[in-house]
Amino acid sequence: MSITAETTETGTKGFGGVQARSEEAINASRISIRNLEFFYGENRALKGIDFEIPDRQVTGMIGPSGCGKSTLLRVLNRMYSLYPGQRATGEVMMDGENIIAPDTDLNALRAKVGMVFQKPTPFPMTIHENIAFGIRLHEKLSKSQMDERIEWALTRAAIWDEVKDRLDASALGLSGGQQQRLCIARTIAVRPEVILFDEPTSALDPISTLKIEELIDELKRDFTLVIVTHNMQQAARCADQVAFFYLGELIEVAPAVQMFTAPKHPKTQEYITGRFG
Amino acid sequence: MSITIGAGIHPGPRKDLKVAAALGRRRRRVDAIVRILGLVAMLVGLAFLASILLTLAYRGSEAMGLSIFTRVTAPPGSEGGLLNPIVGSLMQAALGTAIGTPVGMLVGTYLAEYARGSRFGDLVRFVSDILLSAPSILIGLFVYTILVMPFGGFSGWAGVAALAIIVIPVVVRTTEDMLSLIPNTLREAVIGLGAPKWKMIVFVCWKSAMSGIITGILLAVARVAGETAPLLFTSLGNNAWSVDLTRPMASLPVTIYAYAGSPFEDWIALAWAGALLITLGVLGLNILARSVLRGRK
Repeated sequence: MSITAETTETGTKGFGGVQARSEEAINASRISIRNLEFFYGENRALKGIDFEIPDRQVTGMIGPSGCGKSTLLRVLNRMYSLYPGQRATGEVMMDGENIIAPDTDLNALRAKVGMVFQKPTPFPMTIHENIAFGIRLHEKLSKSQMDERIEWALTRAAIWDEVKDRLDASALGLSGGQQQRLCIARTIAVRPEVILFDEPTSALDPISTLKIEELIDELKRDFTLVIVTHNMQQAARCADQVAFFYLGELIEVAPAVQMFTAPKHPKTQEYITGRFG
Repeated sequence: MSITIGAGIHPGPRKDLKVAAALGRRRRRVDAIVRILGLVAMLVGLAFLASILLTLAYRGSEAMGLSIFTRVTAPPGSEGGLLNPIVGSLMQAALGTAIGTPVGMLVGTYLAEYARGSRFGDLVRFVSDILLSAPSILIGLFVYTILVMPFGGFSGWAGVAALAIIVIPVVVRTTEDMLSLIPNTLREAVIGLGAPKWKMIVFVCWKSAMSGIITGILLAVARVAGETAPLLFTSLGNNAWSVDLTRPMASLPVTIYAYAGSPFEDWIALAWAGALLITLGVLGLNILARSVLRGRK
């Protein structure tokens, strides 16, 4: 691996030479998942998932392709509801409400649970409008409040200095890494509580990847983060808690250090040492 | 995989170099024949096109003059122009497009955003495709029976309606095609911010597809600008100056049709000039459409 960013001074050497962060304490739960099942038509993609997502920490979800980790992510903001034939059963409790219940206000839920995608998804508008679009969906701000919020979001997403002189330029002209940070800014600007990342760096170069990872580390002070990744090093660098999925089942969930140094399940050990997946 | 490369291990007889060379010669011969056939076909096609365009340019420019734009149609021998057909064509094509475009865009949007994979959507798409390839004289007759006969006469509005019906399926098709090119992740990104579906469509999907949709609209305009059959039965034509859409209205294609078949030399010359005008207009629209499409990088 060309990227050897040290995320902690006391990283522990684990399986496959993966450096894991050392803080072990896992915060109180923000989202509780009980007996979650997910279906694509007749095909059962998640099987009896029980899982706690800690508040203001990073939960990494790993596992081979098709294991259900992205599916679980798309349950958390009900993205699956866009597609007829996809449904979930069980309980996903957040703030005392089961968010997979049919009467959930989806627009309000998605304002609270933002999402960043694998490929950058800038809207065909100016940089300013990209951020303002999401804010206007949920709030009425004066022009100065709006400008202030946009600056705040772009600053938090570590892209303000690069775009402050060209806010009225099209967002499509930014580089891939900049576009991804713009998308993160757009998500933050709505002031969500939870942010979901679906392989946010798999389409980016190493430098941009590093920036996004640093950003994730920064954002967890204020937001609950969930990140799906195929990259074990990334899970180890970014996550406080790591969950390993296999064939629709949650095999193991543990603090990152434990996951990468002493996994309990043999399947987990095989996966993180690169023997399959 | 267990294929090992090495002498004597391959299955089947040894490769015969003479056979290989013969096959190669045959391949080159077939290639040369096909290439020559293609070249001849292209030259024949281009020759016809060039002869049409050159004749049109020659005869049309001979008759072209300022008076064409300043005088209305007149009896043979009295120095008429084409002002009323030009204005009539512009009005009917513009109004037909203005009415057909929103309908076509909404139907295309329905097909791409709401009816994907639904049976009703497939039916609508099928009907629209039939309409796209329907002979335009049928559309003229249809409007004749619903707008001309019941209301007691030919009118500009009937012509507008016929052209709008021709515009609709063209715009439906391009709108749906352009919206289908938008990746689903972009839609999910808008929905993921908590946006309702209509805002996603209006502010992001339409915006992304806009240059493609505009291209489709321009091509639809180019198509209706040259339509004769649907106007023959609807707006009929008018030799006097009139911008009243409730009365018969002149148009370039119908005037060309009437003048080109007449025995009068000055009328025939005007028909050539009108044909050149339409051709230049359609050429201009096509160039515009291409540059709009290129404009989106």
